[in-house]
Formats: sequence, C-alpha cells, structure tokens
Amino acid sequence: MRKIKVVSFLVLLAFVFTLTACGGNTAKNETKETKEKVFVFAKSGDPVGLDPANVTDGESIYVTQQIFETLVKYKDDNTEVVPGLAESWETSKDGLTWTFHLRKGVKFHDGTPFNAEAVKFNFDRWMNKNNPYHHGEFEYYGYMFGGYPGVIKEVKVVDEYTVQITLKTPLAPFLSNLAMPSFAISSPEAIKKYGQDYFKHPVGTGPFKFVEWKKDDRVVLERFDEYWGGKANFAKVIFRTIPDNSARLMELKSGNVDAITDINPDDVEAVKNDPNLQLLLRPSMNVGYLAMNTEKKPFDNVKVRQAINYAINKKALVDAFYGGLAKPAKNPLPPSLWGYNDEIQDYEYDPAKAKALLAEAGYPNGFTTTLWAMPVARPYMPQPKQIAEAIQKDLEAVGIKAKIVTYDWATYLKKGENGEHDLYLLGWTGDNGDPDNFLYVLLDKDNAKKGSASNVAFYKNDKVHELLIKAQQESDQTKRAEYYKEAQVIIHNDAPWVPLVHSTPPVAARKSVKNWIPHPTGSECFFKVDKEE
Amino acid sequence: MANYIVRRLLQLIPVLFGITFLSFMLIHFIPGDPVTVILGEHASPERAAELREQLGLNDPLYKQYLKFLNNLLHGDLGRSIITHEKVLKELATFFPATVELTLAAMFIATIIGIAAGIVAAVKQYSWFDNLSMIGALTGVSMPIFWLGLMLIYLFAQVLGWLPPSARLSIEYSVPTVTNLYLIDTLLAGNWAAFKDALAHLILPALALGTIPMSIIARMTRSSMLEVLRQDYIRTARAKGLGEATVILKHALKNAFLPVVTVIGLQFGYLLGGAVMTETVFSWPGVGRYIYQAIMARDFPVVQGSITIIALIFVLINLIVDILYTVIDPRIRYQ
Repeated sequence: MRKIKVVSFLVLLAFVFTLTACGGNTAKNETKETKEKVFVFAKSGDPVGLDPANVTDGESIYVTQQIFETLVKYKDDNTEVVPGLAESWETSKDGLTWTFHLRKGVKFHDGTPFNAEAVKFNFDRWMNKNNPYHHGEFEYYGYMFGGYPGVIKEVKVVDEYTVQITLKTPLAPFLSNLAMPSFAISSPEAIKKYGQDYFKHPVGTGPFKFVEWKKDDRVVLERFDEYWGGKANFAKVIFRTIPDNSARLMELKSGNVDAITDINPDDVEAVKNDPNLQLLLRPSMNVGYLAMNTEKKPFDNVKVRQAINYAINKKALVDAFYGGLAKPAKNPLPPSLWGYNDEIQDYEYDPAKAKALLAEAGYPNGFTTTLWAMPVARPYMPQPKQIAEAIQKDLEAVGIKAKIVTYDWATYLKKGENGEHDLYLLGWTGDNGDPDNFLYVLLDKDNAKKGSASNVAFYKNDKVHELLIKAQQESDQTKRAEYYKEAQVIIHNDAPWVPLVHSTPPVAARKSVKNWIPHPTGSECFFKVDKEE
Repeated sequence: MANYIVRRLLQLIPVLFGITFLSFMLIHFIPGDPVTVILGEHASPERAAELREQLGLNDPLYKQYLKFLNNLLHGDLGRSIITHEKVLKELATFFPATVELTLAAMFIATIIGIAAGIVAAVKQYSWFDNLSMIGALTGVSMPIFWLGLMLIYLFAQVLGWLPPSARLSIEYSVPTVTNLYLIDTLLAGNWAAFKDALAHLILPALALGTIPMSIIARMTRSSMLEVLRQDYIRTARAKGLGEATVILKHALKNAFLPVVTVIGLQFGYLLGGAVMTETVFSWPGVGRYIYQAIMARDFPVVQGSITIIALIFVLINLIVDILYTVIDPRIRYQ
C-alpha cells in the first residue's frame, strides 16, 4: 500500500514533466507554421519609458529607435549626419537660421500626416516648460540646447513641408544634436490623446509600430506597412528583458532569442567558439580615464601627471579586463570621431622614466595618495575595482602608494563633482558624435566648477578653452577639426588624465542574423537587418 | 473566534505603523539620492536642486513621512520617481507574477516536502530516509541563484525540456485579466499557451521551492517521528487499523501543527527569495521590481512595496494561526 502511494506520486510527477515538455515542442512547431519573420532581441534591462524625448537610458532608446525617426540621422556605421525626415537643409551665413525641407508622404503610425506643423509641435513641447504637453524632464533637450527654452529662439512653419529654426547664438553641433534619438518626432495627435501616459503609447513614423509592453518582460513591435522607406524584413521585433547575463546567453544559445547585448567578458571566447553564434563589435564612442585632480598637490605639478602617464600599463589592462575588446587610449576622443588627432604619440609604459620624472618633480621617494574606483560596471569600465587594483600596483612600482576609495554610485559622482578626490576613475560615452561632446564637456574650464564639474580633473587651460569655444562657433567642420586637433596636443602635454581605454562593446547574435551594423552611438534601427531561416 | 480575528486585525495597525517607519528611515539613510540617478552623469546643480524640490526631497524627513502616511490612509502609495507611474498600479502588474511563482513553489515544496518527510519518518534509517535527509540538507544550503542556473543549464540547455526564462514564450500573448498567467491563458481558452505558461513556471518554482521543501521535509519527519512513538498510535494499530489509516489519519493530523507553522513562515520568506529567483529566471515579479527600485533610490516604490508585503506577511501569519484551531481543536483563542 505505502509503496503504491510513493510510486503513484512519482508517476504523477513524471506525467507533469512530460506534459510540459510536450507543451514546449508544440509551441515551436506552431511558429514554424505561421512563417512570420520575428526578430527577438534580449537586453539586460526594461525600458524606463518609450517617449523618446524623455528617456536617457540605452534600454529605452533601443526601442524608440525602431519606432521613431529624427529630422536628420547618423550614417549606418559612423556619426556623420545624413538626411532623415528632412530631405535637405540650408543654414544662413551667420549660422543662426536653419531651414529644413521635409520628406513628403510620410505618415505617423496612427495615420496622421507628418508635416511642418508636427515638427513645430514637438519642438514647442520640448522647449517650453509651460507647454501643456511638457510632461517630464526632457533632460537631453536641456543638455544639448542649453536648458529651457535654451538656444533655440523660434521654430516657424514656412509651408506644409518647410520648417525654419532660428537660434539665439550659433551652435556648431546643432545638426549632430538633432540626429540624437531624443529629438525624434512624435505624432502630435498621439501626444494630445495620451497626455501623461504618452510614454506607454509611443507613435512615430519609423519602420516598426508599437504593439504591447509587458513590463520587465517584453516589448512587442510590428512592421508598419505604410513606412515611406519600404517594408522591413521582420513582421515583428520583440525586445525581451533578461537581467541575468548567463541566462541571456543561454537563451541565445538555445535559439530562443536572435541577439543579445551585455556579455560577460569571460563569455566572449565561448561566443566566438560557438559555430551558431557571431560576435559583433560596436565601434567605440567612449573613453575610460583616470583623472588627476589638478587642483590638489602633487597633481598640480605637470611632471607628476606625466610620470603617472608613464607608470600605467594600459596594454595589460586591456588584455586582462576587456578580453581584448578595447583599445588603449592616447586621446580623450575615441578614434571613431572626426577630429581625432592620430599624430599624437602616447606616453609609453616606462616605469623608469616615471621614477625619473617624479624625482625631478621633487618626489624621489614617491608619495601617498588615494585612488577612487567606481562601484558599478560601465561599458567603458567593466570591472572598475579590479582595474583600480591593477593601477594601484603599477603606481606602487614607481613609489606611489595609492589607497583605493569607493562609494555608492550616486555619492561617487557627487564627490567627484565636488573635487574631493585625488585620482579618480571615470569614463564617458558620447551622445552625438561631436568632439565638442567629449572635449568641452570633460576638459574645458567652464565645466570645472566645484559642485557640478564634469571636468573632474579640474583642468583649466585658457588656450584649450579658446580653441574649444572657437570650434563651437565655427560651422565649417574642417576648421573645427583643426581646432580640436590642436587642443588635443595641448591636453596631451598637460596630461590632466591618463586616457585608459576605448572599449568596443560586443553584441552577440545567431549566425543567421544578417546586415546588422552596430552603431557607435549604442543603438541602431533594425530596418535593414534580416535573418536566414 | 470572530472576536479573535478582529483583535488580530486591529493589532495590524501598530505593526504596519512600525514597519513603515523602519523602512522609511532605512531607505532614507542609505546614501545616494534619486536625483542623481534620474539626471545621470550630466546634471547641472540648478537642475538637480529644482528636481529635488519638485520631488519633495527637501522637506524634513518627518514631514515626508507624515505625507506618506497621509497618502497611505487614502489608499495612495504615490508615484514612482523613475517611471512616473502609480506605485499601486505597478504593484498590481508585478505582484500576480510573484504570487503565481510563490504559490507554485509552495505547492511543490509542500507536496514533495510532506511526502518525503512522512516516508522518511515511517522508514526511519532506511536508504530513503538517509537520502532524502541528505537531499534536504543540501537543499537548505544551496544558494538559489546557483541552483537556478544549474536547473536552467540541465533542463533548458542540455535536455531542452523546459524554457530557461520569462513567463510565456514570445509566440503567445494573452489578454491580461488577473495577471496570473495560468488563469489568464485558461480564460482566453488558449490551451497551448496554458501549457507554455506552466512549463515556464516549473523551473523557477523548483528553484524557489527547494529551501522550503527541505525545511518542510525535515520538519514533517521529526514531527512524525515524535507522534509515531505516542501511545495513541500504538492503540490505533492495536485496534487493527490499516497502516495507511494510522499514518495518514491519526499520525499526520497530529504531526501537522508544527508543519503548518513552518509552511506559513516559509511562505513569507519566499517573497524574499523571489528576488534572486526572479532575476535568474527573468521573472517579471515584485522581487525584481523592489530590487531595481532600491538601486534607483525610488523611495515611493520601495516604501509602498514594503508596506504591502509586510501586510501580506502578517496576514499569512494570521491565517496560519486560524488554521491551528481547525487542525487542533484543543487550541482556543480567548
């Protein structure tokens, strides 16, 4: 009797397992029958919102990139600006008036027409805090156009397909800024209809339209058949949220998803060796750096800063902590940006030279200092703690004793802005592919104000400042590039940083995925991507 | 009895008050603030100050707390700082996922745990007893995230029997009614989707259920052993009752009391274990939701969720206490 009970229980258990195993199989057969091409992309986080003007995180932007389009956009593989919803544009001599000629016959997913009024509606919403549809923070608008209402004086409808934007002062990166996903054009009707909840009901002009968002699970998009640019290859694009790095990779291996981001550095080899998978490297638009607080002793001494540049073995860092998926940096700018000065000779790894320089600077026996390490992994610094420890060893070899300091992320950033640190690890990912977005933000004296510094080396050089401002006001890109190249030479000699690496974040996909070109900005539209069944 | 329940419900008020106070203090004393999280690496101090004011973070702590209490009394848990969505609404989407997972885990844990415990006790020192108690010991000491990954590796990757993550395969979409997928799929009359949802539930439920399963098995075993030595069991056997009746009816009923306590407690703890499980299995539940909220210093979310969870924890305890009287009529509440 007892035995029978145990046995029957085990049988029941086995039954449940077989039942569900069968369930899985039938599910797969059904998809093959329907023959819809679906692209499933897994990311580590859920979008915060889907109103492109109001989000700043990569997870959200990845989704909005498929639904929305901007007036101008970046080329498929670099940050050069090409036509988007605007077919052409011209600017006045003084650089203050920009006229955009819009593409005709473009529709929003809700069927309303895209025109000059729609563009004006979007700009008015972003710029004006009192606009009835200004729900949210619109952070990127503030950053890129100088707050609210900012540098844009007026947006005028000239005729149905012509729009004129007037600036208060010239802004050289204007076009590059407009190509950012944040300045995508939403359907005015949808914004009016959904009000506060527009972030859950995005309506744009892109190749895919929004269908469903199950929080922390999936976002489903569907091909927009009336897209002006033709038909996308996929009937559906599905974004799945899989927070655990290993689980995400397993889903890719088992074929349940087509592509994933955020791969553990340790798993890169496994992806490379898997015959069913491919590893795509995203061109770098970032820099990881060690900033030296030039306002504090002994880092006010340029020889000390140069010595530290000689003391750190960047090549070893790249090999040890990036799985080879990064390049040692010699400039604050990543090489994928125009204006990059390739003629600069990096300080080579030379501990003897570092010691000699320290002695010259009056520190023959080195000194004691603090080395600040970020508490969180970033694309440009996947293992900050370990990197800090490696740097600590390099410094010790030349006599500098550095104690590693860390705080939670928010406090870390705050204290950095206040200039409380000595040596400080941080990095930057570009927003718009303009050198100004790196050099001015990170190394201009304007941004070295205690309490709000983004120039955490507190580096102040008037000549650099002059060049960066001149470049900001110049509209000829060749001239701008010259200014930036000159600025990089001065920065190199003054050595406020040790530029460490430019990482090239990997994306893994099934071998069947075709035509995918990872973009330096961190996300791309899947319009041209295809998949062989 | 009714009196007792009313009194217990009234006792909830100071308990919840204490919990909201403690959690409020705790989250506000962790360094870092949501403004930095929202504005990121770019923020200007003017903008940060403005936002801080807007979020009411400049008010003294006691004022913020009183405001929270006041809203709570009106059934309002506030809006998430990050997503601007109502906390109650977000909880309503995430909670069912966790409830479904927890119930499934508890179901597995109870059935297998009690069955194993009974058999182990009846067959004390047999190979089954030894094996299941070693298993129980291993189960208790196993980190959930590790167990979860191993389960995924074995059943999803090597054997390919069960899906490794999420609640439903992407080919299925069912209208949301209760947000309990097993029920929603049935309501939609989609049998294939139901089986798919069930398949998705097994691995995470197993991972989450392992610890309570082990604890329940050990508790059942020791409780059964004690009861089996009692005189009335000998009497029952002497009366000529069948072994199954003796064990399942006479022994189990009396051995059940401590087991129910443990089940009740474990049920509460599962809400904590859910954080790990939900992360490993990409289960969109409340555990992950709170974890993310803590990382983002999303005060209203953390505050609101803790309050609700505490409420549930306390209610489960109340139910357990009531069950006592049902199981053992000797227990009376004055």
